[in-house]
Amino acid sequence: MSVTVKIPTQLRSVTGGEAETAVDEATTVGEVLDGLYDRFDGLRDRIAEDGGLRRFVNVYVGGEDIRFLDGLDTAVDDGDEVTILPAVAGGC
Amino acid sequence: MALEALKCKECGTTYPLEARYVCEDCFGPLEVAYDFSGLDAAETRRKIQAGPQSIWRYSDFLPFESQPRTALAAGVTPLLRADRLAERLGLGEVWVKNDAANPTHSFKDRVVTVALAKARELGYQVVACASTGNLANAVAAHAAAAGLESYVFVPADLEEQKILATGVYGTNLVAVDGNYDDVNRLCTELAGEREWAFVNVNFRPYYSEGSKTVAFEIAEQLGWELPDRIVVPIASGSLITKIARGFDEWREVGLVAGELPKFNGAQAEGCSPVAQAYEAGRDFCAPVKPETIAKSLAIGNPADGPYALDLARRTGGGIDAVTDDEIRTGIKLLAETTGIFTETAGGVTTATLAKLAERGEIGRDERVVVVITGEGLKTLDAVRGSFETIDVDPTTESFADAVGVGAAA
Repeated sequence: MSVTVKIPTQLRSVTGGEAETAVDEATTVGEVLDGLYDRFDGLRDRIAEDGGLRRFVNVYVGGEDIRFLDGLDTAVDDGDEVTILPAVAGGC
Repeated sequence: MALEALKCKECGTTYPLEARYVCEDCFGPLEVAYDFSGLDAAETRRKIQAGPQSIWRYSDFLPFESQPRTALAAGVTPLLRADRLAERLGLGEVWVKNDAANPTHSFKDRVVTVALAKARELGYQVVACASTGNLANAVAAHAAAAGLESYVFVPADLEEQKILATGVYGTNLVAVDGNYDDVNRLCTELAGEREWAFVNVNFRPYYSEGSKTVAFEIAEQLGWELPDRIVVPIASGSLITKIARGFDEWREVGLVAGELPKFNGAQAEGCSPVAQAYEAGRDFCAPVKPETIAKSLAIGNPADGPYALDLARRTGGGIDAVTDDEIRTGIKLLAETTGIFTETAGGVTTATLAKLAERGEIGRDERVVVVITGEGLKTLDAVRGSFETIDVDPTTESFADAVGVGAAA
């Protein structure tokens, strides 16, 4: 059981340059992120606050924004792809 | 010179003026910071008045050390006093800022011309964007004029007029099987992988500065005065917040005096994450799946939503949403009273003005400006079937049969 996580360029300074990583034994997005926080020092402070995500952070599972799913409780399966991206893009 | 740095709107961390848009510490948006303390109001005003008939007359407030040269200009669009519209709505003084009168017929020419000038300055060869249509037109056109290669990403179900008015410029038009938010996510990922200037992703801090020129023009055209209220459409919320910033900068320098106008945001009910948050008293926007004819406003995950909410609240304005039928009625109302044919986004804005007037929220002594952001010929489906032609044979008898006998000449 392994989930792939795509890391945006803005966070690669805390992931040692890694653009993609894998988290094993996580069943929800929250557990995937906890796995990353354990592994990468300083990551939690950058994207999380008060137990949730900062407001300018978007997280997707299989291309779908987790706010349309169950947020941090969204279930993940073996082979799923989790993408972290800045929210501050696009628009007029 | 006034240009200082890129600065995080959330935590204040500063960064050099390069292709960067997100704070690495908190993920907040970066914005261009200036120091206007060296600007003298009278001198700046003279300089503006002697400047070119384009947004570059406001160069002191744009993110460049010196006035850029661009192949395709933008801005200095008409501000028209709309007495018939005011009368119809029972209002005292209404002005229409008609930004359809730009090179590619929407306000996007302003932001794109700024972004492309910056892209060239920083040495980028390829420009790109995620677009709901108007931006696609503008990026394709300005890139063509500047001789830059471009990639334009749009949702595949976009209005045909907007697709045609993009492809004609010889861009690489990428139709994405998904909605705008999917397109945006794709471009955000690509911006991390390719050395391209995505005007509304990694160049967003510069791009969005172009929207301030809407405010500058309105103030200049009103005789260096501020309106009492302004009605602006909201998609991502960038335009409305940057118009406020433009007015604030001119208040700071002393080019205009008085309070910030009341800001009223306008959304389509089928995509109204900001209006819903306003109604619910929240300071954040829950994303939605767009379902509206106002495709140019169909952003379900608005990046500047929190700032638009704050602006509407602190100025005593508000944020409203209108139905697709109200949008169609709004387009007709503007056309029939001002001679301006706007696209669906302008229908949203006009319908919101009508709604505010109906609720009695606008005083008769108020000077109101309505920002019309795009051209009706781009969204023809919205008016199809909204009237009937008078069909006649080419004879005076047939015409008389159809319309009745007129008074003697």
